[in-house]
Amino acid sequence: MLSTAHQIKRGVSFYSYQEECFLKKMSLEDCVSEAATIGALGIEIIPEQSMTGYPDPGAAFYRTWDGWMEKYGTTTVATDLFLDTKRYPGRVMTLDEMTESVRRDLDIAKRMGAKHVRAIINTPPEVMEACASYAEKLGLKLLLEVHAPFHYEHPWVIRHLEVMHRLQSPALGFMPDMGTFVERFPRVMSDRALRDGARPHLVELAVETYNSRGDVHGLMDTFNYMGAHPVEQGIARLSTFLTWNDPRVMLEHMPLIHHIQAKFYEMTDEGTEYSIPYDKIIPVLIEGGYNGYLSSEYEGNRHIQDIFEVDSVEQVRRQHRMFERLLGEDEGVAAGASAQGGHSVR
Amino acid sequence: MFDKYMIVEDTLRNVVKGDDVTGFQLGVRLPYYRGLGLSMVEDVQVTVDGETAPASAVSLTVHGNTYTLADLPGIFDDRWEMGEIATVAVDKPGGLERGEHSVAVRERLRISYMPVPGGGADQKVLTLRD
Repeated sequence: MLSTAHQIKRGVSFYSYQEECFLKKMSLEDCVSEAATIGALGIEIIPEQSMTGYPDPGAAFYRTWDGWMEKYGTTTVATDLFLDTKRYPGRVMTLDEMTESVRRDLDIAKRMGAKHVRAIINTPPEVMEACASYAEKLGLKLLLEVHAPFHYEHPWVIRHLEVMHRLQSPALGFMPDMGTFVERFPRVMSDRALRDGARPHLVELAVETYNSRGDVHGLMDTFNYMGAHPVEQGIARLSTFLTWNDPRVMLEHMPLIHHIQAKFYEMTDEGTEYSIPYDKIIPVLIEGGYNGYLSSEYEGNRHIQDIFEVDSVEQVRRQHRMFERLLGEDEGVAAGASAQGGHSVR
Repeated sequence: MFDKYMIVEDTLRNVVKGDDVTGFQLGVRLPYYRGLGLSMVEDVQVTVDGETAPASAVSLTVHGNTYTLADLPGIFDDRWEMGEIATVAVDKPGGLERGEHSVAVRERLRISYMPVPGGGADQKVLTLRD
């Protein structure tokens, strides 16, 4: 039975390797090479992170990049843009300035061979509208990230949906972050709070309230009245930034979804994500006919770096072994992913 | 998120000009997972052994380009790259004594998607050698 037939492909955002890149333990080429090794052939890159001399890295950078894509059999799938609306002291950028900034990043994406561009959540809908035709001309899709605590009924996202539905531009859409589907409070976060001195009964209260879908927004006042100190207030606040939604909320918007940021905090020794249920997410993507990439986005480093040696490479490898299993690649039944993958993923 | 890496170990030095020790310097990183335009670096505060340097005494050098803190709001064509070790120099005639010093650095960054000022803080004991 080919119930798992799908066209979903695997990739990795170099956001995942930020700890090693920050400390110069991995070079940009190391990231490309590692992604290829695990069959994550779709590359997502944050130019402002990985491109020295952004926004003008020089022609040599692009030639080198193109060479790596050729050498390792990888493809630039997406670039992530930021919009520094507060770039100028004392004022917010004008609409024209924001549009110019986004266009410049679209040009970079085009030059890198990407098809999708992550528009950061603070990008105003008016800027998306002003850039749609330019993106379309370049053959790019400008995709608003839907990142926790945002969701499809959030007033800000509704304003974007209005623009997308009105324009019907093929160049606009969404890039959901799977961090909107945190079913269980991430252990790496609660453990860190304990190490930072939060008292166990308060950490447990935050975790239990979150896990039981309780009133996390009421925790701030509750913690305050219980005499919480700043680290404990922090864990209460964190519980309001995390969100759980039924992954099926994506089905209604699937025509607008072209790229997935596969956020994760901890791949356990058992090969599952501790808090984000990919075994519930991936079947929804398959059901919805999603045919883009699952782009790894490891974000556990910041929660463990105080006492552990961060090993982003191993964490991403584990996530991809899980993806292979959930996508049916290890059974050879995936219609598209293995065919397009091109070479062994083990 | 990279606060613990802001102050770079083994980088504390006195600054010597001619025959005079004019101050001290150390290597400092952003606590951020991307580079940032310098106009959005609002403050780099350096405190050594409990004494905070006045902002007017602090300068920042990224990839060979030196700016005073007062310059930074108007710098739109240069960046502090992710993980880049910038040199933060503090004017202080006579510099610091040899030996161990408690060094604290606090950076304030204007991150557009955040409702409150971003940045970070780090504190380490560094040893000043010759």
